[in-house]
Amino acid sequence: MTRTTLAAALVLAAMTLTTQAADQIKVGFMSTLSGPSAALGIDIRDAFNLVVKRNGGKLGGLPAEIIVVDDQMKPDTGKQATERLLKKDRVDVITGIVFSNVMLAVAPSIFENQTFLVSANAGPTAYSGEGCNPYFYAASWQNDGLHEAAGQFATSKGYKTAVLLAPNYPAGKDALTGFKRLYKGEVVDEIYTKLGQLDFAAELAQVRAAKPQAVYIFQPGGMGINFIKQWVAAGLDKQVVLIAPGFSADEDVIKAVGEPMVGMFNTAQWAHDLGNAENRKFVAEFQKEYGRLPTVYASQGYDTALMIDAAVREAKGKIEDKAVFGKALATAKFSSVRGEFKLNVNHMPIQNYYLRQIWKDPNGRITNKLIGTVLTNHADAYAGACKMKPW
Amino acid sequence: MDAILLVEQALNGLQFGLMLFLLAAGLTLVFGIMDMINLAHGSLYMVGAYLAATVAAASGSFLVGAAAAIAGTALIGMLLEVTLLRRLYKRDHLHQVLATFGVLLMANEAVRMVWGPEALSLELPAALAGPVEIGGLVYPAFRLVIIAVGIVVAIGLYVLVAHTKLGMLVRAGASNREMARAMGVRVNTIFTVVFGIGAVLCAVAGAMLGPLLAVQVGMGESILILAFVVIVIGGIGSVRGAFVGAVLVGMVDTFGRTLLPMSLRAVLPPQIAGNLGPALASILIYVLMAAVLFWRPQGLFPARG
Repeated sequence: MTRTTLAAALVLAAMTLTTQAADQIKVGFMSTLSGPSAALGIDIRDAFNLVVKRNGGKLGGLPAEIIVVDDQMKPDTGKQATERLLKKDRVDVITGIVFSNVMLAVAPSIFENQTFLVSANAGPTAYSGEGCNPYFYAASWQNDGLHEAAGQFATSKGYKTAVLLAPNYPAGKDALTGFKRLYKGEVVDEIYTKLGQLDFAAELAQVRAAKPQAVYIFQPGGMGINFIKQWVAAGLDKQVVLIAPGFSADEDVIKAVGEPMVGMFNTAQWAHDLGNAENRKFVAEFQKEYGRLPTVYASQGYDTALMIDAAVREAKGKIEDKAVFGKALATAKFSSVRGEFKLNVNHMPIQNYYLRQIWKDPNGRITNKLIGTVLTNHADAYAGACKMKPW
Repeated sequence: MDAILLVEQALNGLQFGLMLFLLAAGLTLVFGIMDMINLAHGSLYMVGAYLAATVAAASGSFLVGAAAAIAGTALIGMLLEVTLLRRLYKRDHLHQVLATFGVLLMANEAVRMVWGPEALSLELPAALAGPVEIGGLVYPAFRLVIIAVGIVVAIGLYVLVAHTKLGMLVRAGASNREMARAMGVRVNTIFTVVFGIGAVLCAVAGAMLGPLLAVQVGMGESILILAFVVIVIGGIGSVRGAFVGAVLVGMVDTFGRTLLPMSLRAVLPPQIAGNLGPALASILIYVLMAAVLFWRPQGLFPARG
């Protein structure tokens, strides 16, 4: 036996012992890209692609193949698309899901398949406490987070009575639970609307009759645009204070509603005028590439890509070794556009939540302005119930 | 529950009902007169809304957009009748359902190809974007316009069907097609005209609801189901039935969404009431339809017999 064949045999033997670095990473990007809430998925996708493009088509040094599919905001469509991503495309990571009802429908088969789900948006309560999962990572927030901040803000403003409105689906329930956790005033009424509802005439009449000091809405995407338009058309903007999470007071909604939104307070884990260097770079690059200001959704898409990028690099490309890649995701070090960011034991972020207000900037542009910090290094209320062992 | 809320909800219910009527009227005419089930009716509504949004955005005028939508949709509707649907009148209902379902799918894909998957928004004329105040009631101006348009169209349709020569021919064609033909009525032309009228009503609904909802692919399906509920309640083939059914559905849905959760909260613990209320409210109109089918299977105002 010559020396070279011996060496080759040794190399082969070594390869069976340790997982080799993969030669590429396949990302299944499933998001809501059609219908009234398409803007959300599009912003996440565009910001995600910004990072991949800047890296020359790579994530963490590995060539990245991004397979983009549309879930149409429908759990059944999402389920079919996920099966294809898992079985046919054999992706390493799935990301991009916007809506919690889609996520709850598709996540079990992703977990079962031992594929990593890195959320760029939804952070459902179902995966925060007892149901936390080693394959789930939120680069965004736990579902309650923005709403807890809004509740805290409403308390600090001293609003004594409030009516709360949210769609009747998991994230809607999480939203109102979150708001009520830190709101000390009286909740006069809780109204659950149909998910995807676009006409709010009946609910607006109810709000008018209840005469609260403040109204809190969680109506993501097209629902929020319609709600606020109809809120203004009904003259309620002159009678009641409207508070929303950043989702319903971001660039897409401002573009559709305009002037009447000036002065509105909202809460989010990010603002386009946050002063850190990564954020300034992100906002400038996003505007240059797409010609519009990024939304909070875009910031999450960008951070998701940064997080996967950092994890792949830390795992030295060994993404097929679940324990190595999982650990790298849980501890991924990257400079988030929101400033400080780390994952809790349940893989949900511990982060600040900020207060923003819509104003007309000196150039006459209507946009959000950072006002201050509402919650500092805030962890969700469910992490204690998560008994997951670290990788 | 105070009087103002009651009045406001009644207006909301009426507004929703009148828009449903515009769709249901076309559907019931086609169904009752040509004995034709047209699942693509909702697609005409969608096309109308897209035309209105596109032309309004290009011209800067909501009225121009609406006019273009009416003309365009009527044309498309009549073309559809002449080229395809006419061949289906004599077939059984299953063939009609399958063929028009195919048209519906093609229409959705065609719209997706032309306009893209994102929803369009149809902007209101600035004068109508705000509220008006009538004796202590603050109400969105545009919804009042919708109510007015709905009522005018309903009256116009009644006059057309009951008091004009065209209406008489339509009714004659409906009650006995062969006899009418034997008397020299050009039934084919009349059916094309009826289909065009149905398409116009769809376009009006699309242009009026566009600013309140979103102009998107698939918008026709959700409202088509409601339109079918309306004509089943009202009695198939009857325009009067469609009117009463539509207003009934509008009222039941609007008041159900407000009153049901409210009254449940009075008797049940908040957690259960919070879950049950919205769920029950969303099935209320189907309960109404089931009740009508149970006690009056022919509908409230059957067109025949």
